[in-house]
Amino acid sequence: MNPVLDKILTYLIVFLVGGGLCAIAQLLIIKTKLTPARILVIFLLLGVVLEGIGIYKPLNEFCQAGISVPIVGFGAALTRGAIEYAKQIGLLGALGGGLIRTSLGIGTAVVMSYIVTLIFSPRSK
Amino acid sequence: MEKSKRNKRYNAYVESVTPKTGTWHSLWNALWVGGLTCMIAQGIGDIYYALFPHLGKDLIVNFTSMTIIALAILFTGFGFFDVIARKGGAGSFLPITGFANAMASASMEFKTEGLIMGTSVKMFTVVGPVIVNGIVWSAVAGMINVLITGGI
Repeated sequence: MNPVLDKILTYLIVFLVGGGLCAIAQLLIIKTKLTPARILVIFLLLGVVLEGIGIYKPLNEFCQAGISVPIVGFGAALTRGAIEYAKQIGLLGALGGGLIRTSLGIGTAVVMSYIVTLIFSPRSK
Repeated sequence: MEKSKRNKRYNAYVESVTPKTGTWHSLWNALWVGGLTCMIAQGIGDIYYALFPHLGKDLIVNFTSMTIIALAILFTGFGFFDVIARKGGAGSFLPITGFANAMASASMEFKTEGLIMGTSVKMFTVVGPVIVNGIVWSAVAGMINVLITGGI
């Protein structure tokens, strides 16, 4: 296929899948009065399950950032790490593998939050 | 009962002043805000891949999420993220950028209570459930997966 057309199609899929997941979450907020924290956990667990049963990888190859940027991707990355590290060092590796794989992201979030807090003052809403 | 009558009146008042946003309108906002966030992340990843192809896919994915997390937290600091959050609803908090924003805004909000008891304690008030459940259930899923597929 034409590489330019291929790129456009990829970005369209990314937009529709990523946006679609967010729209489903929004629908859950409106219809069920679930709090955002619960919805985040639900989508996180969706990622854990998808990766656990091994269908996240082909989904990710198709949807790319559309599924890896929503919190689903975080759950899947944690589980991927747990599986890989357990295969390397034995069953207990599952306890640390998730953190190892996601450590760069979590570390960035904590350090940047701290720096931003030091620099900026809280603003009134 | 006087009290129940008052509560009823109050509820009616709350109902009347709550802005009515149509379901379809808020769904559309969540769709395009969330979709656009994902597309930007895809774009950053593609640029990194074009510039540093030798890094490999795993590292590129990591650098991409680090970039969008850092950007989201900077946006939170400057106060831009509130605008996105008000518009996008779930479209702003479901992507990993919303996770970063939740951390940064909680830690900024409680700066007045001190860096230890305020910022450091409250940083995880919103994202704590995600991290705890993520670690617990990914460990469980990882163990089950390895036991079944027999990777060890």
